[in-house]
Amino acid sequence: MPRIKAALAALAFISTPALAGKTLDAIKAKGQIACGVSTGVIGFSAADSQGQWKGLDVDVCKALAAAVLGDANKVRWVPLSSQQRFTALQSGEVDILSRNTTWSLTRDAALGLHFTAVTYYDGQGFMVAKKSKVTSAKQLKNAEICVQSGTTTEKNLSDYFRAQGIKVKPVVFDKFEASIKAFFSGRCQAYTTDASALAFIRSKEAPTPDDYVVLPEIISKEPLGPAVRRGDDEWFAIVKWTINALIEAEELGITQAKVDGLKASPDPAIQRFLGVGEDLGKSLGLNREWAARAVKAVGNYGEIFNRNVGADSPLKLPRGLNAQWNHGGILYAPPLR
Amino acid sequence: MTLVNLRRRFFGDGLNTALTLLVLAAVALGLPPLLNWAVINARFAPDAAACEALDHSGACWGVVVEKAHFILLGRYPADEAWRPLLAAGLIIGSWLAAAFGWLRGGKLASALFAAPLLALPLLGGGFAGLTDIPTELWGGLPLTLLLTSAGMAGALPLGIAVAYGRRSALPVLRGLLTGYVELARGIPLVAALFVASFLLPLFFPDGVAVDMLWRVLIAIVLFAAAYLSEIVRGGLQAFPAGQLDAALALGFNRWQTQRWIVLPQVLRDVAPSLANSAIALFKDTSLVTIVSLYELTGSLGLALAGDPQWRPFYLEAWLFIATIYWLGCALLARVSQRLG
Repeated sequence: MPRIKAALAALAFISTPALAGKTLDAIKAKGQIACGVSTGVIGFSAADSQGQWKGLDVDVCKALAAAVLGDANKVRWVPLSSQQRFTALQSGEVDILSRNTTWSLTRDAALGLHFTAVTYYDGQGFMVAKKSKVTSAKQLKNAEICVQSGTTTEKNLSDYFRAQGIKVKPVVFDKFEASIKAFFSGRCQAYTTDASALAFIRSKEAPTPDDYVVLPEIISKEPLGPAVRRGDDEWFAIVKWTINALIEAEELGITQAKVDGLKASPDPAIQRFLGVGEDLGKSLGLNREWAARAVKAVGNYGEIFNRNVGADSPLKLPRGLNAQWNHGGILYAPPLR
Repeated sequence: MTLVNLRRRFFGDGLNTALTLLVLAAVALGLPPLLNWAVINARFAPDAAACEALDHSGACWGVVVEKAHFILLGRYPADEAWRPLLAAGLIIGSWLAAAFGWLRGGKLASALFAAPLLALPLLGGGFAGLTDIPTELWGGLPLTLLLTSAGMAGALPLGIAVAYGRRSALPVLRGLLTGYVELARGIPLVAALFVASFLLPLFFPDGVAVDMLWRVLIAIVLFAAAYLSEIVRGGLQAFPAGQLDAALALGFNRWQTQRWIVLPQVLRDVAPSLANSAIALFKDTSLVTIVSLYELTGSLGLALAGDPQWRPFYLEAWLFIATIYWLGCALLARVSQRLG
């Protein structure tokens, strides 16, 4: 097995440099971006009844398509299982993996891919029944905790309680539905998963939402963001800076509705952003209006957030860490200049 | 059946009486809540708000109505829906023909082979004005049916060839084929699919991409052929040697003997086992979800997993596709009876 792994790693390594700088050309030739998404994660990437893809991760790909090709609809959606996502990116089946994937050292260093930027800061939390009177994760001594298997969630859970010196009993389920059914039927005292999902599970899947509380502890860092294949710095920069542009647009107050009107703005930062004065797109190999087109297609980061996971969505997640740096969050785009 | 007869059957002795009462009690206890849930309290209109108000006290069949297109046809473009429907119809038609004896012998065999062969270009398009639909957009019921019927159609000739090869006098050929059969039977289908979808692309040179559907279909054919070859080999071994001598005496050469005497009888004898394998394969196709081909169970997942409104009603949706699987298996089971 180690030998096979080494051979695979070598192959992945050898095959990537040959693709250097070609992704953008290939995308332009095909006229579409192949975007790897999930098989259905509420708010991030999911197909509606008409088969249209919606979500925060989806909007990142749409923004890219608008920036690169001038049309947000020129995306080929490739739903990927969590086992398959990295291979699909390595083998070139997708140009970008925008599939709420956690950025970590091993993934960044060992899988032949590069994470570009963080699009959502998530973290793992706990939910308990209100009547249990538990108010902190530290009170969960000897508790049985329902968790879904095969995710980083399971490992974070054992790491956290080992560090705290508290013994808990994880009850592991293969399927998401089974794990929440078990929790709400009283099989476990607590349920753990990413905080973004907890809020939704409480409001939508709980028999009575008010009987359950989400505990304040966040036990892990889960920075989610899109990844691209290694060996193509040009494409890497385009993805990274398109995301930065969406974040910068919110900071500058450039919204989907106002983007056209702001072309007359005297603010040099806005002028640069919209490509009125300087041409920032040129150094990325894009049209000078690339950033304006992205915002016009899907809105700025704040609008994307609100529409898919925030106040205007069924998830109703607070901005929290995902607010701008000058509004109490840690969202900080390097300047576009 | 007379009343006396009924009484003797169900209340003949102590044991029968007890069993009858037990079954009646179970039905009396189980049926009303089931009926309540599935019919009386159920909602049939695709109205998410009304379904939510039910709070699972009744079934929300509206989810099936709302998502039917997605579940049945997957991500196939909606304005071309007639193509996957016709493709599914062709394959189901060939199964019906086998199950109800509409066609027989050579005609039936041609129909069973032709259905997937016609379905493939119909789904793919790219000729005669049909738009080109990439295989990654194929999904739902047509994909399940296609993988089953194309898998069987590809595996049967290969299985027959392997069965003959394993009876050959050449030790190298025999050894190689035994190795292949044992290897294919020694790994789970999931492993074969993983190799076909994850490992193979890493060995292809840059720019060479064999479509995922083809890689998976080849894996399924190679996998199923190993099982079918053993079934056919069993049939060949059981074939009475006297008939071979008789054929020889009548002047048949070896090829003619196999073609006209041996194979027709052997295939008829092993037909129930072949249909049995088809049933197993029909259900096994759901495994292709893990390599991102969205057949019936996969397209159901895509349709529901990310939809906050309808996801709570996944039980109803699963019951819907369970019914489809049951019907498919019942049809193939009838083929097995009929051919036997």
